[in-house]
Amino acid sequence: MTDQSPLTIKDFTSDQEVRWCPGCGDYAILKCMQRTLPEMGATLENTVFVSGIGCSSRFPYYMNTYGFHTIHGRAPAVATGLKLANPDLDVWLITGDGDGLSIGGNHTLHALRRNVDLNILLFNNKIYGLTKGQYSPTSEVGIKTPSTPMGSVDPSLNPINFALGCGAKFVARTVDTAQKHMPGVFKAAHQYKGAAFVEILQNCIVYNDDAWSDITDKKTAQDKQLLLEHGEKMIFGKEGNKGIVFDMDSFSLKVVTIGENNITQEDVLTHDESHIGIARLLAELGAGDGEPVAMGVLYQESVDLSYERAVHAQIDHARQKKKRSIKDIVLGGQTWHVK
Amino acid sequence: MTTDVQILESAVVRFAGDSGDGMQLTGSQFTNSTALSGSDLATFPDFPAEIRAPVGTTFGVSAFQINFGAKSIKTIGDEPDVLVAMNPAALKVSLDNLRRGGLLVVDAGSFTKRNLQKAGYETNPLEDGCLEDYQLITLDASKQTVESVKEFGLGNKDALRSKNMYMLGLMLWMFDRSRAPVTDWLEKKFAKKPEIAAANIAALNAGHAYGETAELSTSIKRYHIGAVKQEPGLYKTVTGSEALSWGLAAGGELSGLDIVLGSYPITPASPVLHTLSSLKDLGILTFQAEDEIAAVCAALGAAFGGALGVTSSSGPGIALKGEALGLAISTELPLVVVNVQRGGPSTGLPTKTEQSDLYQAIYGRNGDAPLPVLATRSPADCFETAIEACRIALKYMTPVILLSDGFIANAAEPWKLPDMEALEPFEVAFASAPEDGEFNPYQRDDLSLARNWAKPGTPGCMHRIGGIEKSYDTGHISYDPANHQKMTDVRAAKVAGIAREIPPLEPSTGSAGARIGVVGWGSTFGPIEEAVKIARSEGVDVSHVHFRHLNPMPSNTDALLKSFDHVLIPEMNTGQLKTVIRDRFFIDAQPLNKVSGQPFKITEVLNAIRDLASEKA
Repeated sequence: MTDQSPLTIKDFTSDQEVRWCPGCGDYAILKCMQRTLPEMGATLENTVFVSGIGCSSRFPYYMNTYGFHTIHGRAPAVATGLKLANPDLDVWLITGDGDGLSIGGNHTLHALRRNVDLNILLFNNKIYGLTKGQYSPTSEVGIKTPSTPMGSVDPSLNPINFALGCGAKFVARTVDTAQKHMPGVFKAAHQYKGAAFVEILQNCIVYNDDAWSDITDKKTAQDKQLLLEHGEKMIFGKEGNKGIVFDMDSFSLKVVTIGENNITQEDVLTHDESHIGIARLLAELGAGDGEPVAMGVLYQESVDLSYERAVHAQIDHARQKKKRSIKDIVLGGQTWHVK
Repeated sequence: MTTDVQILESAVVRFAGDSGDGMQLTGSQFTNSTALSGSDLATFPDFPAEIRAPVGTTFGVSAFQINFGAKSIKTIGDEPDVLVAMNPAALKVSLDNLRRGGLLVVDAGSFTKRNLQKAGYETNPLEDGCLEDYQLITLDASKQTVESVKEFGLGNKDALRSKNMYMLGLMLWMFDRSRAPVTDWLEKKFAKKPEIAAANIAALNAGHAYGETAELSTSIKRYHIGAVKQEPGLYKTVTGSEALSWGLAAGGELSGLDIVLGSYPITPASPVLHTLSSLKDLGILTFQAEDEIAAVCAALGAAFGGALGVTSSSGPGIALKGEALGLAISTELPLVVVNVQRGGPSTGLPTKTEQSDLYQAIYGRNGDAPLPVLATRSPADCFETAIEACRIALKYMTPVILLSDGFIANAAEPWKLPDMEALEPFEVAFASAPEDGEFNPYQRDDLSLARNWAKPGTPGCMHRIGGIEKSYDTGHISYDPANHQKMTDVRAAKVAGIAREIPPLEPSTGSAGARIGVVGWGSTFGPIEEAVKIARSEGVDVSHVHFRHLNPMPSNTDALLKSFDHVLIPEMNTGQLKTVIRDRFFIDAQPLNKVSGQPFKITEVLNAIRDLASEKA
């Protein structure tokens, strides 16, 4: 069916009514996905969306592809099994900050560590939506929610740092409102032959509205987002005159203004996706005053073989060496005849 | 050298020593030699949960029991006739079981003051007369082993490692078994360390020679146990874990599907993971997951992808898998879930046997979540039961729980190898195209009620499934009250309907209408069968009925069980099948329960039958 005419956004849209709250950031991500998949050359039959539990995890129902809405936190394990059964499938894993980092933190860890060829999209709205507004692992300290009436005392988790700590070899970040930025990140993740971890900053209009507004507000966005491009200088800001340098004194990244204090464009760091050390620092960027949040592909390390390909390579190797049937095994070994 | 050889019908030998003494190995080599000489046999490896408890302590005792005979052997034997005790702790732990008048072979060299103390003996039992009810043979196996391997230049410690082979040699002599299979095995095992192989063989020969020479106490006899009259055919010894794994592999081959096993290590289920991991050339894919939940979820993900998903664990692990099993039931995907039961609750007795996960298997999930439950009865029976579990899972698109237990998993018995050509394939037909333009994954086969199974990658059959209730008609999400009732009913009807093709339950011994029906499931088959046979020979009108299919049960269960005046249900739990039977059939079944971590003895079941027979006479 793909031979005649190229697929469109319509082909990837299922006939199911979308049931997210009006104004939810998930709509934008869904639309972007439906629009971008045809551009990647994806087919309906080879694309699978696997999700856990949470608002974001309803995603598969709205895609006219294969989909599996599984159980809380366990989508990475289900997706791993699916890839083991059929490494040729293009599997997208849809999860949230509660699903993927709290109840499913262990499974996210191991999918990343093993480098299963999955596109993992973690929608981070820093709150539990579906269970009605409790704080999540990425919530800020002090947040008042039904389960933290006096404010949360849990320190919050940085998903990108978590992923890098798990050994993720592809780590990126984008935001639900960035319809131009998101497709590029999706495409890069899709192209990556291994576990691609994408944090999508996403707004929950009901329980944590404006969670990212200081980053996404049109007035401040340019000053608050550092759009990374491999091989390009880390320059940002409304005036295009702010840059990131490596500060030897604090051993960290620092925001500078080009033209001030003898700083020239030459002093600004050039983004190198393969540099794990800088990636770790970029993950933290945004916490300090005046610091932008890093967007795009923070880190990407090429690998020979994804996990499931390595597993299948062993099986192929075993079969080349000797290929038995179950009959050979049952009838083999030390046996004796009774007459 | 004029020792008479006495002909015996059967004998039970128990090797007991420290967990570092190689008792399991000694036992399995004795088993091998015995199997090759044609005797029937049953074995019972009995080892501590600790990897290596402090040397010489009672909690570090590892034992291996074998019952073998020129007759059909169905149990491990109630009381050993021969106990080989490698140290005081082993003697202390095992002596209670030894038959009065039985033979006790002791390595006197290990009965040092310190070892006696560690075992909690105040005086030396070899000297204080407490063993006078037994035939006692003491020999300094430690010293003689060291002597026999002197020429290989091993240190004292290394030399002593061959002590088990010395004892094995003596036992092989005593029971007239061949040394050749053991020496072959040693040569293969230590092919890269020929001096170790040679030392072990020397110790084996020395132990054997000890039996033959004048050093021998006149009380030692030789016994001969002949070959059992078995059905003609090709045989091999097999453990439950091996046969079960091979059954799963056969299920893959017969269905034409790849097997994906997701598993997390746990005693006593791990050997299934190990065995299947060694069958990569069969295309079997094993995944050691990060935890039990990931293990079952990966198997389920693979099933969604069109493979035969399998997960293996023991009770505590199955508890963790519960939510995913509910998802498998809701999404109606095929999955085989192996539970090698151990003593519980919680961590319980990891290395001991019990059959107390029946409630868990039948009821242990949230919501109305029925699934088929099968139980295997013996090591050799595992093969066929595992194939049956695969067949049901695929035919009915359902998870299936297959219950084994620690005893079956580790025990070995001779297995008459099946005619592999005669195994019936059950090839799976995947949906290949949408019907009427739209693919509905919940469209069902009229008879089996199994839903359509379309592999991702199939053009036109795109669909979404999940744990949320779905519409009977379209498969889309549905919260409609009447629809949930209908889906709950159809899931139950699908599982209940499997009974249509389960063979009728038939007594394995005796017949319907007996005064007493002894009803069992799982690894209690042997002791129940033997006890019923003995009771019948005593004139008791008693039959033995053993379940393989526990959910659903065979269609004639009600009629058969009600044909008995009394139903006795021996179980290694506090009465789980008893409760299920009472609930389903309103039968006042009488329980006989044992939860000591040890299998039933024949006499325990026999006494219960006798009591019932006399009480109700």
